[in-house]
Amino acid sequence: MNGEPFQQTADDAALVAALRAGDEQAFVTLVDRYNASMLRIARLYVRTPALAEEVVQETWLAVIQGIDRFEGRSSLKTWIMRILANRARTRGAREGRTVPFSALATADAAIGEASVEPERFRARDDGEWPYHWAAPPRDWPEERLLAGETLQVIGGALDELPESQRAVIRLRDVEGWDAEEVCEALQISAGNQRVLLHRARAKVRAALERYFMGDMATAA
Amino acid sequence: MSVLIDDITCRELVELVTDYLDGALSPADRERFEAHLQICDACVMYVDQLRSTVTAVGTLSEETLEPAARDELLRAFRDWHHKPPKPPNAPD
Ligand SMILES: [Zn+2]
Repeated sequence: MNGEPFQQTADDAALVAALRAGDEQAFVTLVDRYNASMLRIARLYVRTPALAEEVVQETWLAVIQGIDRFEGRSSLKTWIMRILANRARTRGAREGRTVPFSALATADAAIGEASVEPERFRARDDGEWPYHWAAPPRDWPEERLLAGETLQVIGGALDELPESQRAVIRLRDVEGWDAEEVCEALQISAGNQRVLLHRARAKVRAALERYFMGDMATAA
Repeated sequence: MSVLIDDITCRELVELVTDYLDGALSPADRERFEAHLQICDACVMYVDQLRSTVTAVGTLSEETLEPAARDELLRAFRDWHHKPPKPPNAPD
């Protein structure tokens, strides 16, 4: 997950100084940290993996060449992701990706989707407890939460998600980016970012619930 | 987002957990959210499970870069620092 904001800034300042001085280790650190995510992000804008690789390569060159002009008004990561998004978007438009990712994400976020099946709540006109739980969640076996098999269930649930939700939950929860960085990389609003993240989390939670409770039903 | 006029219901609360965790609720909605948790064990459990989900998702591994691709980038970095940049359209 993310470090404290101060550490992030101190880390940025040191990295930027090292990059300007031509420190190869600093560059390798940066590439190792972000390259895989950047490839995945670029893929959301362009049609083919080869084009995504080109865009990421171009972005790194732009970073190398532009680091002297980095002013530290945003985090280094946000700055890099803005360059990536701009290049990927331009390239995607030129190559004609049918629907730009940001438009897709906005459309996805606008669709009403319940985090929990509506049947699990009492009716709106329930005399006693309108819209309260009818079938509340039950305790999870916490000791199994990080087991290998559970992580496979989570991986499977992520694969099932719509592209826009998967992109957001990967960056926020797998890679620990903050909201602003994700909005910058995917060119989506803060509100849509949260909607997509919440839907993704709710679906993974539901998959875990089915997995844990299914086992308990068989055991009973 | 200030959509909650009366007390929050369970069905509303489950939609607001990420907003809550991200500190994106208005102060009034945050207060209603927390007031509901005071009286509803089921929603406390839902919030806990969503938190546990975030923790578990965070343990998935990330891919790392292939050495060849990394070497190529490193070469570009080295070149940029050892050669002064050429003006545009300059002959080789
Ligand atoms: Zn409740």
